Parts: sequence; structure tokens; C-alpha cells
Amino acid sequence: MFELLGDYTVQIVVFSSAVTGATSGALGCFAYLRRQSLVGDVISHSSLLGIVGFFWLWFAFTGNGNKSLWLLIPGAMTASIVAMILTQWITKTTKIKADASLGVMLAIFFGSGLTLLRWIQRSSNPIPGQAGLENYLFGMAAATTLPDLWMIGILSVVSLTCLVICWSRLKLLTFDPGYAAGLGLSIKLWELLLISLLVIGIVIGLQIAGVVLMVALLIAPASAARQWTNSLGKMIFLAALIGAVCAASGAFLSAVKKGMPTGPVIVVFLVLGVLVSVLFAPGRGVLSRRRSLVT
Amino acid sequence: METAIKTHGLTVSYGVHLALWNVSTQIPAGQISGIIGPNGAGKSTLLKAILGMVPTLSGEIEVTGATEQEGKQDQCLASEIGYVPQRNCVDWDFPITVLDLVLMGTYGRLKWFQRPGEKERADARAALIEVQMQEFADRQIGQLSGGQQQRVFLARAFVQQPSIYLLDEPFSGVDATTEKIIMDILYGLRDKGKTVSLVHHDLTTVNSYFDHIILLNKQLVASGPTQSTYTSENIQATYGVNDMQIGDVSKDVIDV
Repeated sequence: MFELLGDYTVQIVVFSSAVTGATSGALGCFAYLRRQSLVGDVISHSSLLGIVGFFWLWFAFTGNGNKSLWLLIPGAMTASIVAMILTQWITKTTKIKADASLGVMLAIFFGSGLTLLRWIQRSSNPIPGQAGLENYLFGMAAATTLPDLWMIGILSVVSLTCLVICWSRLKLLTFDPGYAAGLGLSIKLWELLLISLLVIGIVIGLQIAGVVLMVALLIAPASAARQWTNSLGKMIFLAALIGAVCAASGAFLSAVKKGMPTGPVIVVFLVLGVLVSVLFAPGRGVLSRRRSLVT
Repeated sequence: METAIKTHGLTVSYGVHLALWNVSTQIPAGQISGIIGPNGAGKSTLLKAILGMVPTLSGEIEVTGATEQEGKQDQCLASEIGYVPQRNCVDWDFPITVLDLVLMGTYGRLKWFQRPGEKERADARAALIEVQMQEFADRQIGQLSGGQQQRVFLARAFVQQPSIYLLDEPFSGVDATTEKIIMDILYGLRDKGKTVSLVHHDLTTVNSYFDHIILLNKQLVASGPTQSTYTSENIQATYGVNDMQIGDVSKDVIDV
């Protein structure tokens, strides 16, 4: 099985999964600490409408099917940003609470995405290249190509550079936005940056983990890493490492075993990571806290 | 009397809920003033409005305190004010150390891409010494008691080196010893000519703590020097006439 690691396609699949896992893991720490897991879930689910929508639009204009991430990621971003804007608008102008409007947005965007997907796949005149579009539900790392890897790589480098350069401000904004406002920081602008980083952290993983399970790749590494350290820098580093290892091994397994969707396999690895951390981490782990209660 | 902050006709609402109505008052410079009123009277909102953290419907806010200090002219007004928010407004399980938290006070003078350096670290350690928290510098913030958390928040305001300090309920959930330590620090600030203003709800200590009080219940009820303003009529007007218990307490306080 491991001789396959020498295979060029498998290398691309494993490498791009590792990059995705690292980036999503690192950026996910902010979502985790800002308690935005639900926001992350809405972003990833609603991106399905963008993926299918852009695929269909491309076909409508060119007559061809195109499943390159260079087309689908901008589509995913567009849909999730529209979903976020609408959520904010609903919360502001109606009496519907934030979590309810998030739930409604998820249902609307994911539902229409699924409908459009089925409609495209069942139409009597099938669009060339539509086969495999349903893989964006649960991820199919094996379909990753070199141009896809470039797209993932560029977005990762841009977002992680942003993270490093704006480190202090992002830390302050995440910890105490009220105080940041008191210092005269433009909260709206920085919120926008944080949400954009979150969107990037999600859309790069849609090929690999799929829209349904992507939020796990965002939140699980952060939850695991948080148990081992009390330093934000170390936590982000560790989350990136956990994300990379889990995503790469999950992608490798699913690429080797035909027909196994990547997302669920990655999630199984992530769950193991979280479980071990929550149980065994020194200081915060369940076992060590129990021991310190006894002694 | 010199004023540090002046508000004129300040009105703030959260949606349809009115928080402050037409408040015109002033915070005197170089004194300790208390902002006093029942829950939901808009005390915290007044601080937040001054800091520009909540949008105002109408009215003006003028911050005039000590803007002439050397090297400070080019900074925005917000950095003139050291804000100490309510303790429960942050997640104390956040993965940072006490020193990291205090360092955040220096972010106002750093550019957006800069990180705190040696000088900022030295400032932060000095601020921790002032609140007697230096030996906790490398602890995770969740391992502190309520009073220690409050002192760390105060140290964060110190490193900003502001001329005005605004504190939101600094004594809530804090033991008597810490309250005294914090109060001594605030007296020290006043002696250095700084302006200190705090939201406060313990009526028994008003007379001993404050030079000046602002009585607030969505509208301004009264404001002025504590001696002449802290009368039982004003307190009843602030807290509602039917509240006998508070009326009784205030009478005791005034008699002392």
C-alpha cells in the first residue's frame, strides 16, 4: 500500500491535503476561540450552492463542464459571503436571533445547492463533466490535480502570511474586542479580515473534506491543540500539525481504497486526536483533572 | 473646576431599547468620580459611548483632559483614555499569559503590523509591579482569582499611560482586600493628576471613595461634588421612591 506514496498523483493528493489541514487547523483556532463553530458550519454548507452554481454558470457560458478549483473556490467564497451578509442583515433588521438566522441561512443555501446539484445530474441532457460534482458533499481528495494544489497553496500562503503579519491585532480582537474598540481600532475592518480568513480556511478544504464535514477540519484540530498548551502561538502551531497529519493520512487512505469518501476518513482521524487530547492532556485532560482532584 | 470629559445631550439606544436619554454631564479632571445608578441605568453605556464603542443617536462628547502632554498630540483621543472593562466580558480560559494581556495595552501605540518589543515588555512588567502582580506574569490568565484578574486589567490600562481612566464596575466579585488595593492605586493616580471615573454600585462606600458623583438612571438625575450631591432625595430620585431599603441605607450613609 505504501509503495503508492511514490505515485505522482498520490503525492499531489497527500501534499495538498496536508497543506489544507495545516491552514484550516491554524485558522480554525480563531473560530474556536471566538466560538464561531456554527458560523464555520454555515459558511461551508452554503458554499455548495456557489460550487454547483458556478459550475452551471460556466457551462451556460462556455458549453463545457469545469471542475477546477480555480472556478469552484471563487464560487464557494461568493456563496458563503452572501450567506454571511444575509445572516447579518436578518439579525439586524428582524427580531430573529443570530443563531436562528444562521440556521435558516444554512438550510436555504445548502438546500438550494443540493436541489441544483440533483437537477444538473438528473437532466436529460447531462452537462459534460458533471459526474463527480456530488463529491463536494463528502470530499474526494483523489480528484485533486496540480492546478488545484496551486490554488490551495496560494490561498494558504496568503492567509497564513496575513495571520503572521497581523498577529498582535488578531490576538487582541479575538480576546477582547471591546477593549480593542476602546483603543481606537476599527473593529468592522478587523472583523472583516477575521471572517475572510475563516472563509479561506473553509473553502480550501472543500475538495478534500467536502462541505458537510469541513467544519471538523476547522474546529477539531483547535479543540485538540487547546488541551496541550496555554499559549496561543503554540496552540496554532499544534493545530496546524494535527490538521496536516489527519488530513494527509485520511486523504491517503481514501485515495488508496477506491470509493471511500475522504471527508469521513479524515474526520475519524480527527476524532481520535480530539479524544486522546481531551482524555490524556496534562493539566486540562479529563484524567489528569480527576487525578488532581483525588490527590 | 477643570473638566476632562464633557457630554452634551447624549442619547444612546440599543434597537428600540433606550439606554441613555439626553445626558449632559461632565467628568472633572484630576478627581475620582463615581457613576452611580441602578442596574440598566446606562452606566456602562455612558463609558462605552465616551470611548466610541457604541453609536450615539444624538449628542456630543468632548474629551479635553490633558491633551497637551508631550508626544501625545498626534495620537487619537481613544489612547488618552485607559479603559478597564467589566471582568466578565472576556473569556478567562483564553490561551494567553498575564504578561500577554498587559502587553495589549501597548497595542494602541504600535502600528497594526508591529509586535510588542523589549520596551513594551519592560513597560508591562513595570505596570504589573504597580498592581503587585509581578510574580504572576507567566501564568495563564484563567489561574487568577477575580481580584487578581481585575488588577491585571488595571495594569493593562496603566501601560497605555493615559491621562483618563474609565473603570466599569471594578469591584464586582472582588474581595475587600483587593478593593482596598485597587482603591489605593486609584488614589495614587489622582495624586499624579490623573482623572479617574468608575461605575460603582455599592452605596455604602460612595462618600469615602468619590470626590464627584454622577447619578444616572437613563437620564441624568444629578451630578456634582459628592458632599452636596449625595443626598437622600437624589438617591431616591435615582433608584425610585418606593425602594425603602435603599432609602434607609442612604440615610445611614448620609448621617455618617
